[in-house]
Amino acid sequence: MRNLVILGAGTGGTVMASHLRKRLPRGEWAVTVVDRDNEHYYQPGFLFIPFGFLRKKDIVKPRSKFLPKETEFIQAEIDRIVPASNEVVLRDGRTVPYDYLIVATGAEIVPAETPGMLDGWGDTIFDFYTADGAEALAAKLKTFSGGTLVVHVNETPIKCPVAPLEFAFFCDACLRRHGKRDKVDIVYVTPLPGAFTKPVAAAALGALLEKKRIRMVADFNAERIDASARKIIGYDGREVPYDLLVTVPTNMGAEMIERSGMGDEFRFLPTDPRTLRSKKHENIFALGDATDVPASKAGSVVHFQSEILTENILRAIDGRPLEPAFDGHANCFIEMGRGKAILIDFNYETEPLPGRFPFRVFGPLPLLKPSRLNHWGKLAFRGIYWRLLLRGRRIPFVPSRMKMTGKKRPAAAPGA
Amino acid sequence: MPLKTYGNTTVDVDAEGYLTDFSQWTRTVAEAIAAEEGFAALGPAHWKVIEFMQKEYKENGQVPSIRRLNKSGVASTKELYELFPGGPAKKAARIAGLKKPEGCV
Repeated sequence: MRNLVILGAGTGGTVMASHLRKRLPRGEWAVTVVDRDNEHYYQPGFLFIPFGFLRKKDIVKPRSKFLPKETEFIQAEIDRIVPASNEVVLRDGRTVPYDYLIVATGAEIVPAETPGMLDGWGDTIFDFYTADGAEALAAKLKTFSGGTLVVHVNETPIKCPVAPLEFAFFCDACLRRHGKRDKVDIVYVTPLPGAFTKPVAAAALGALLEKKRIRMVADFNAERIDASARKIIGYDGREVPYDLLVTVPTNMGAEMIERSGMGDEFRFLPTDPRTLRSKKHENIFALGDATDVPASKAGSVVHFQSEILTENILRAIDGRPLEPAFDGHANCFIEMGRGKAILIDFNYETEPLPGRFPFRVFGPLPLLKPSRLNHWGKLAFRGIYWRLLLRGRRIPFVPSRMKMTGKKRPAAAPGA
Repeated sequence: MPLKTYGNTTVDVDAEGYLTDFSQWTRTVAEAIAAEEGFAALGPAHWKVIEFMQKEYKENGQVPSIRRLNKSGVASTKELYELFPGGPAKKAARIAGLKKPEGCV
């Protein structure tokens, strides 16, 4: 019996188990999945919790429920990977040997990376990247009477790079609905030079921030937070005062990767961006937020990667060359509030562009432009996630490699 | 692809002035880019950062992040902001003849 071991039963780990259990002969291969808990969160749902649209219980299900039959699920803390002996050591001392290993341990927020951030944690400083953080923020927002609300991105890369923008748009929409928009200044603080990493989308999203009277402070890198004075202090000496700080702290990979001596400075696993194999170890692969590939850390990316990674692992097992097929494809809905959303579709080479995204049945979805159809698409995705995506079924209409069909490059955009 | 002339060297640059062919980089080009970025001169501390970035880029094809520079012991983040005010990774990468740091999507 040979062993395929998957570390992490989030989106990536679960999809890979679904794909590979189908493709690896049962008599020859055991598939084992390790995770420290049995709570699978639908992470795109976190954004909706602070505004009372969803609650924690609406977006969590047991991880084990989504793993295919004849998969062993070990619920335990991982201590480290030992590539030299092809085994994973668990915290309780057990070892799990592997022939092939998939690292899908994701990324997490690490507020302790910013001096002072934890001083105001849960008081005037909140996150919405964890279910508990989002619930605490929901309670805080209910009683927030007015002042300066700062939405802050501490350092890139972060999971779902558009989530803080969505959060700011939602704040604007909710405050307007309650007639309190004039009592709150919304400020968007980012280490990036604009609202997004790539120029065309940065211009479009920047214009929307301005239209919604959300002030942007760009190129801002926080050195520390003075929680008692309620201000963020930048390395360049600039200060941003706040009454309520909603921050996306530094995102890092699992500590286990660092304990294994395998991570980069963010604890992400150095991974070939096209084949998704570890840059160091032939029988270790990775996908999703755990890797250092320069693609978005987003569920859609994991989904696209999973199809390519499945083929590459089967190739590796058969001794065939890997196919460098992953193109960095991401496909994200950006909620704007008031029942509208923006859709962006892009990859390593092609930045998000305006135009139309081909979508049978409902007709094409507008790209880089607010629309009701996109909002419905985002809402429908929660069901698709549990029912299709985790089970490794094809998502209708969205191919794993990006297509240019319908996209229009503005004349001024560089790099045609 | 735009061209840019520094002294008697002509280099290929992208729309934002980053060199697209590292083999065209020289110390003289670096000093000229630095002057364009508003630096009076490049001191030993600047060069230490620039050379480290080039070494990292050659070894793994990526422009190192500020966190990487900090962790490597070349310069602390605070020092980097003092050496390259207004965006250490971007400015140092441009002077070093490397592409613009991806900052990740």
